Amino acid sequence: MPRDKDIKKVLIIGSGPIQIGQAAEFDYSGSQACKSLMDEGIETVLVNSNPATIQTDVDMADTVYVEPLTPEIVAKIIEKEKPDAILPTMGGQTGLNVATGLEKIGALEGIRVIGSTIQTIRNVEDRNLFGNFMMELDEPIPHCRAVTSIEESIEAVAEIGYPVIVRPAFTLGGTGGGVAYNEKELIEVATRGIDMSFINQVLIDESVIGWKEFEYEVMRDKNDTCIIVCNMENMDPMGIHTGESVVVAPSQTLSDVDNQRLRNASIKIIRALHIQGGCNIQFAFNAETGEYKVIEVNPRVSRSSALASKATGYPIAKISAKISVGMTLDEIQNDITKETPASFEPSLDYVVAKIPRWPFDKFKGVKRKIGVQMQSTGEVMAIGRTIEESLHKAIRSLDIGKYGFVEVPYTDDLLKNATDERIFHLYTALKSGREINEIHDITQIDKFFLYKIQSIINFEDYLNSLSPEEILKHDNLLKAKRMGFSDAILSQITGYKEKYIRDHRRETGIIPTYKMVDTCAAEFEAKTPYYYGTYEGEDEVAVSNNKKVVIIGAGPIRIGQGIEFDYCCVHASLALKDEGIETIIINNNPETVSTDYDISNKLYFEPLTLEDVMSIMDKEKPDGVVVQFGGQTSINLAVPLAEEGIQILGTAHESIDRVEDRERFTEVLDLLEIPQAEYGIAYSFEDARLVAKRIGFPVLVRPSYVLGGRAMEIVYDDTKLKEYMKEAVKISPKHPILVDKFLEDAIEIDVDALSDGEEVFIGGIMEHIEEAGVHSGDSACVIPPQSLSKDVLKTIKGYTTKLALELQVIGLMNIQYAVKDDKVYIIEANPRASRTVPFVSKAVGVPLAKIAAKLMVGYKLKDMGLRDEIKINHVAVKESIFPFIKLPKADSILGPEMKSTGESMGIDENFGISYYKALLSAGMELPKKGRLFISVRDSDKNSIRDIVEIAENLGFELVATEGTANAVEEYVNIATIGKVSQPSPNIKDAVVNGEIDLIINTPSGKQSADDGFYIRRMAVELGIPYVTTLAGARAVLNAIEHVKEGDIEVKSLNEYHDLL
Amino acid sequence: MLKEAKLALEDGTILKGEGFGFETIKTGEVVFATGMTGYVESLTDPSYKGQILMSTYPLQGNYGISRDWFQSDGIKAEGFVVREQNKYPSHRLSKENLPDFLEEYQIPGISGIDTRYLTLKIRRHGAMKGAISTEEIEDAELLKLINEQENIEDIDLVGTVAVRKPKIIGEELKHRAAILDCGIKKNSIDSLLKRGIGVVVLPYNTGYKEILEYDPEALLVSSGPGNPTRVTEAAKTVKNLSHKLPISGICLGHQIISLAFGAKINKMKFGHRGINQPVKDLITGKVTITSQNHGFTVDADSCKDLPIKINQVNLNDGTPEGIEHEELPISSVQYHPEAGPGPNDSDNYFDNFLKVLKEY
Repeated sequence: MPRDKDIKKVLIIGSGPIQIGQAAEFDYSGSQACKSLMDEGIETVLVNSNPATIQTDVDMADTVYVEPLTPEIVAKIIEKEKPDAILPTMGGQTGLNVATGLEKIGALEGIRVIGSTIQTIRNVEDRNLFGNFMMELDEPIPHCRAVTSIEESIEAVAEIGYPVIVRPAFTLGGTGGGVAYNEKELIEVATRGIDMSFINQVLIDESVIGWKEFEYEVMRDKNDTCIIVCNMENMDPMGIHTGESVVVAPSQTLSDVDNQRLRNASIKIIRALHIQGGCNIQFAFNAETGEYKVIEVNPRVSRSSALASKATGYPIAKISAKISVGMTLDEIQNDITKETPASFEPSLDYVVAKIPRWPFDKFKGVKRKIGVQMQSTGEVMAIGRTIEESLHKAIRSLDIGKYGFVEVPYTDDLLKNATDERIFHLYTALKSGREINEIHDITQIDKFFLYKIQSIINFEDYLNSLSPEEILKHDNLLKAKRMGFSDAILSQITGYKEKYIRDHRRETGIIPTYKMVDTCAAEFEAKTPYYYGTYEGEDEVAVSNNKKVVIIGAGPIRIGQGIEFDYCCVHASLALKDEGIETIIINNNPETVSTDYDISNKLYFEPLTLEDVMSIMDKEKPDGVVVQFGGQTSINLAVPLAEEGIQILGTAHESIDRVEDRERFTEVLDLLEIPQAEYGIAYSFEDARLVAKRIGFPVLVRPSYVLGGRAMEIVYDDTKLKEYMKEAVKISPKHPILVDKFLEDAIEIDVDALSDGEEVFIGGIMEHIEEAGVHSGDSACVIPPQSLSKDVLKTIKGYTTKLALELQVIGLMNIQYAVKDDKVYIIEANPRASRTVPFVSKAVGVPLAKIAAKLMVGYKLKDMGLRDEIKINHVAVKESIFPFIKLPKADSILGPEMKSTGESMGIDENFGISYYKALLSAGMELPKKGRLFISVRDSDKNSIRDIVEIAENLGFELVATEGTANAVEEYVNIATIGKVSQPSPNIKDAVVNGEIDLIINTPSGKQSADDGFYIRRMAVELGIPYVTTLAGARAVLNAIEHVKEGDIEVKSLNEYHDLL
Repeated sequence: MLKEAKLALEDGTILKGEGFGFETIKTGEVVFATGMTGYVESLTDPSYKGQILMSTYPLQGNYGISRDWFQSDGIKAEGFVVREQNKYPSHRLSKENLPDFLEEYQIPGISGIDTRYLTLKIRRHGAMKGAISTEEIEDAELLKLINEQENIEDIDLVGTVAVRKPKIIGEELKHRAAILDCGIKKNSIDSLLKRGIGVVVLPYNTGYKEILEYDPEALLVSSGPGNPTRVTEAAKTVKNLSHKLPISGICLGHQIISLAFGAKINKMKFGHRGINQPVKDLITGKVTITSQNHGFTVDADSCKDLPIKINQVNLNDGTPEGIEHEELPISSVQYHPEAGPGPNDSDNYFDNFLKVLKEY
């Protein structure tokens, strides 16, 4: 049965900016869906507000819209494009929300919703409908009731039974919940919860804490054919979100009978929901009784389905898209074998392990505790032949400076209340001699996994009983490598240098063999070159004699290293493939497009440590390696790889050192006469104090070699400096501290440029909206610059060109400048892809990363026809997305430490509307009228007159705390309201009662437990638009002014680019 | 436990690993199975008689051993080849670990083998004769044992696993079916009992008259090991009963029924052994994921002019997966609708069995 011929044009809804719980997996799924539908001859329209995605490349769909993902805006696109159907299931929760929103506003008249229908989405999203639906199916779910009083709570538990989990609805930071085992505890927890909830409501859930957790990835087509693509087992039992769990695939501890029971339930559910495509079902499973409960059903592709796709080689999103337009599983080919159909179930002959990557290092004062709330930003996946090997490889892939299991301080409390270091706590506890049974009782982790960790410890003990020479003997070393031990860990055990061990292994032939991920456990011949390394008998990789280039990926998504770098790697691979060069990608992130097997000629799913990368180099002997695109992860490999004699393509690593070593960089700048802020290098507090004294406070302090502004801070006096030094030195004892003069109130500029060593092409000059001092990754920015004079722009271009040529940059370069009083200072330069590359590429219509890749293999800018900067007639704004809502107790102020997880792009004819769109995409819908609350720190009080005047002119009613009101009451009508710490009614009540529509609050200092923190946190929790900088406030009012005037229009990226 | 063990193949390949289970030497046809769960069901499946079973999934024994999962009275496979065996299982029903289980049934196991390498080898060369030794033995001697071994198609295996005398189960139930036992799995019997059908399990070589004496309402020819052409007496019985009873067959039973109506049987290169095999019903167009375990197949071309029609095919390689008689209530399937191991998705085969039984 071929596809449904009535569907000629499909609108695919993307997932918007990267945020915790919704990351690169939806770029992967959306891109696959676009390709898959275009293959079937269907016209595709894609909408997504996230520019850092492959799917928003204009060649991925017939028409691409970078517009906010709200029902109203998408309705306009539907009106304009008139698609036959919309496909919401590729865009995560955002996609489903947009679809139900569209239906609500009546925008889906005559348009089919494919994949999952609106009714299906409702049946799983609405807790009550879901409960009823599962009851009719006779599938058990944990009971849940929402109550508003103690009496109701007791009634609810009479139904549900103890123990129960009490969760207050809407509280500050999700706090106030707890577990109750009896009525006394229930009364205690519920009383507190009801009190803390803004709406005085608590949810009472039947507790399945400690049950095992399994996931099934199911597919169904219109013929009712159902298959299970993969099942997965969470190492961490219920109580820890599946996105926060260590996960292995396939399931390890289910008997065939157990497995079939969960499989039967999965198939029953997907059939009843009439889903056409992929679906994810989560189960809690009681290991003592064999009882199970259905926890969640996602009628769409998900992060788990991305993991399952990469774990099995079965492309769920791609196949789901084809099913959604009426094709059936048996008529779709299995891409990997090219011979067998997609209507089979993948069989694995390896073990996959996933470990999440958490952002806690970025947030001071945030608890590292993990639980039911997702907090991780990304994840890594590793493939091996045993649990031990896969876990070892996954740990190495995390890029957290650990190369295997290491001991960390632990307590029983930490075992019970898991943190991001749980796997190391388990290891340390077992290593210290604790019994498996005991650890199992505390953690409820299946003993299967504890035995595996124990087996690693036992082998370590064995190695430690040997002499270093004996350890290096063939059998012992081979066994260690088969268990996944890294050379780094073996170096610690033996005392030999890592390099020595590696050379010894090469000499004695203990090198990894590469095996194929083929969906079928070798039953059929596979055509797709997707490999993992392991120490076995046979290697399956055929090495070609082609010209080939290895592209080092970016590893897990984290704050400071997001999807932008994966985007660049994908572009590099596609560009080089176009040139007939064989491309090889090495990466370990299962969510991404770069680890899709059809992006490169060969994909190695491996950790990105020197050892793992070198093994592939030894095997493939590539002509060169690209390290410019994978962020700090790949850049860090440049020098070690070059030292191993590997050809690094593009900018020489010598040039990287010339900018990263501050003293050498100063020499370069002096030579080129490019000014920088005064600075000094300090090895001690005393040094730092002297530097600060010389250049004057405030100063920006940071350790050398940083990623994403880690541990960067602006300090205003000696005391704070001392405090900082204590923390920073802890982070990086070997590297000194840089102390820069902080240019207050300067405008910050970002430039992305391309160079071939002879000429320089300025891709884009971006003006930041927030003043310098806010990390460039967190600041909103605009192309073209809005407030810079021609002379300043000329200076910036001149500096950029000089610097790129002096450094002999081949490829991309990013430079940050600060402009103060029309003078341009350089802040830093990075001769590699920056996180703004996709944004700039989309704003100006030039694929910078692709061109950079071509420059690296010898092309010149003039070959590409690029000389002059592109002039655009529209305005593009990038806004950042922050994870504060997911991180209880995190303050929402911006600073030199990067905190954002992703970005949105607004594009329109002027700054105001573009910024409005960017904010809307970032989840902030600016009010056009209403009440504005303003409270600023003392130093800002003299600078807010224009802000309040504009706000008043726009028709806002103004409210302020006393000090702020006093500062401007002579210019505008402004009411006074009590602080949080003052008696009711105060600002807290006003916010909770919905009386405040916009908040402007600038932080008063570092302490976070103050009134400002409370207000900002409430704004985050309640979704009230807020601004924490004055520059931001001005931009926001500008945006409001523009949207007040008229309707918002939509225009595709293709239309914008056609005008260039 | 960590004694050195060897696995040898007829092409001269010798792989060294660690032995587990019983100290012995066993020969058999080396085959691979791709299911990621179900090692207990497979090892105890009589169809694996005469074969050394290798799991492509590297970790075996994770959830231990329970008699609840047995498909017969013990291990029937000749040996077990794995990448890693687990001594510390974790499951509420587990009573022992994999090595002890093999020891109990005097079966050798070998671990530490690059099972993927071996699978690729078998895929390329076809299933091979082989031997496992967990004792000390010279390579040459082990290879000699393999050479002395007959090919699986020439061995009579059914007789070694089928019942010797009739056995009645579920006498009190409403209906009764006869099972011609060639090495039936417990799940097949349970699938009938669950539907109110009591069974008489009869030796594979029981004559048709004797079968009729039990007054069954239908006949099921069971699954079992080896070459169907070695059990011609069963095919004759089917022929003789074809106008007297509705007849169904599973796996070997399916092949026997096909033989009875004149079909040819082919030995497959390496067979189908797994729980992920897609089967398409040519009448309804529906696709079902099935559990399979066979090394022989009905020759599709040979059925062209016969009264039996192929009604289901395997989507991976197009081989027949089911036949139906044009006029008589006779049908059979190559796969295992009773599951154990594997999906229950084709469980309705037994519903249909009951329906036909009632209608007849």
